[in-house]
Amino acid sequence: MNIFVCIKQVPDTEATLSVKDGKTINENNIKWIISPYDEYAIEEALKVKEKIPESKVTLITLGPKRCESVLRSGLAMGAENAIHIETEEYIDNKTIARAIAYAIKQEGNYNLIFIGKQAIDDDAFLTHIYIAEYLGIPVATNVTLFKYESEKVFVEREIDGGEKEKIEMTTPCVIGAAKGLNTPRYPSLMGMMKAKKIPIKKLSLQDLEIEEIDNKIIIEKLFAPAEKPQGKIIEGEIENAVKELVRVLKDEVKVL
Amino acid sequence: MANIGVYVELKEDKLKKSNKEAISLAKRSEKDVHVIIFTNNLDQHLDELKGIKNIIQIKDQDLTYQPDYYSDTIANIIKDYDLNDFIGICSAQCKDLFPRVAAKIDASLVNDCIEIDFKNNSITKPVFAGRLLAKYRVENEFKMYTIRPNIFPVQAFGSEGNPEIITKELNKKELKTKIIDIIKSDSKKIDLTEADAIVSGGRGMKEKENFKILEEIAQLLNAGVGASRAAVDAGFATSDMQVGQTGKVVNPKLYIACGISGAIQHFAGMKTSKVIVAINKDSEAPIFKKADYGIVGDLFKIVPLLKKELEKIYT
Ligand SMILES: Cc1cc2nc3c(=O)[nH]c(=O)nc-3n(C[C@H](O)[C@H](O)[C@H](O)COP(=O)(O)OP(=O)(O)OC[C@H]3O[C@@H](n4cnc5c(N)ncnc54)[C@H](O)[C@@H]3O)c2cc1C
Repeated sequence: MNIFVCIKQVPDTEATLSVKDGKTINENNIKWIISPYDEYAIEEALKVKEKIPESKVTLITLGPKRCESVLRSGLAMGAENAIHIETEEYIDNKTIARAIAYAIKQEGNYNLIFIGKQAIDDDAFLTHIYIAEYLGIPVATNVTLFKYESEKVFVEREIDGGEKEKIEMTTPCVIGAAKGLNTPRYPSLMGMMKAKKIPIKKLSLQDLEIEEIDNKIIIEKLFAPAEKPQGKIIEGEIENAVKELVRVLKDEVKVL
Repeated sequence: MANIGVYVELKEDKLKKSNKEAISLAKRSEKDVHVIIFTNNLDQHLDELKGIKNIIQIKDQDLTYQPDYYSDTIANIIKDYDLNDFIGICSAQCKDLFPRVAAKIDASLVNDCIEIDFKNNSITKPVFAGRLLAKYRVENEFKMYTIRPNIFPVQAFGSEGNPEIITKELNKKELKTKIIDIIKSDSKKIDLTEADAIVSGGRGMKEKENFKILEEIAQLLNAGVGASRAAVDAGFATSDMQVGQTGKVVNPKLYIACGISGAIQHFAGMKTSKVIVAINKDSEAPIFKKADYGIVGDLFKIVPLLKKELEKIYT
């Protein structure tokens, strides 16, 4: 099995973000991580590899030089190859997906592609579906259970109201990983040592026949939302406090 | 001529609440609104769609959601009727369906919009789990958007006279991603992303059984029941109840957080709630910094009192 995992480097979920030049985030003092949903994607790929030993797991990321760190982390978890599509420029989700789809195709044979259902920076929920559409293969998103049986993929995906869809796909296909799919492993010390020695294949957008970046979605402004004013603690005996709370909710802010 | 389309999402052949928000938004564009609806029983929805002139109904003996059928059908309709702007709800279904359509017709799609300016083709959406907002300009002949529920106001659709109904068949060309079954949840749960009120519990709830008191309050308020990740991980609540960065993004009028400390990842899912109430025994808990109203104390004493007070209003 040839398994690809697409991963993205994002700021840590706790990071305090500030805006630079009105359009990008200030990168000083940011701790970079693998987007959490992509970690589920890596883990699931490694689980398939454990079951089907002749499998090979290749990581792909797209982004500036600093993104190499997420490839090293993924290799340390147990993947064996890594591709870095290096670009310093902002490109929109469609172009990203096109580049990744092209890179996967260039590698020859592919059976399964795992990728997080969204990245926690732009929260776009687009790239995995675009990749599948560009490759002309099936895709399931928000996947919380994955099974591979005799060339077929069975997944469950969470929909609204606590319901789940059961989906059947043939390979090759794309799986958009969600929370609940698995618990990602930590890289072992041995894994980290090994990861350091694995060469990372570097590609440019030109290598993927993207000669000119034609963004259709252009960032105009990045800004912090208005902060809520400090809330009010309702003091006093709790009996009275609860009465007062209900009064305020009903008569003042009118949400009851 | 440029028109605007709205995908009406049905749940068990009923209109989801947020559809009206999407249609109201479309009306604001001052373009001709076309509503696309997959149903065999259009008559039962016409009352709710009163004032809409152009309705495109898709019929088939089996209209069970299949992403390939639905996306092929919608892609054709967008092209045939010049629906240069196309709106849906940022729901589980549209997040699956819209990107497929956008790829097929090379449209530009932005999910989870909280503001759309049709004149300048600019939209605003939360990024970094709501820590920042991004304003994008979209330069494409075909633009698609999904909107966050409970943000856009509902307005009367006005009256454009009798609807013109066009009936189409479902396009069943190709089925690659095949939905073979739906696993229902055991209880009839209120969809958190559309709920007007949510009562949520965290690790402070101590055990699963204790969520009953939250459910009782929720029932009074016609609210949904949510949970923190810690509560889900401890098995007090199911994963579909999780609110936050890796759970649901909710946007109710009232959010009551019980025994939740208020971690940044939890805020990410509920900070745009209109009114946030926190009940926590620790006066230093970060939740009090973001809550509109807080009561410091033992939730096991406060929540039953709250229920008593609410019963006075609701029964
Ligand atoms: C990548 C990532 C993603 C995450 N995604 C999410 C997410 O989607 N949603 C989410 O919620 N979290 C998420 N988290 C976890 C988050 O960081 C917190 O750990 C979690 O929200 C804590 O849940 P809690 O507030 O219920 O528990 P705690 O932080 O343990 O808080 C329990 C609170 O209950 C109070 N309490 C205890 N007993 C009582 C009582 N008798 N009466 C009143 N108050 C009481 C305590 O004072 C305390 O404040 C994520 C973390 C990471 C790293």
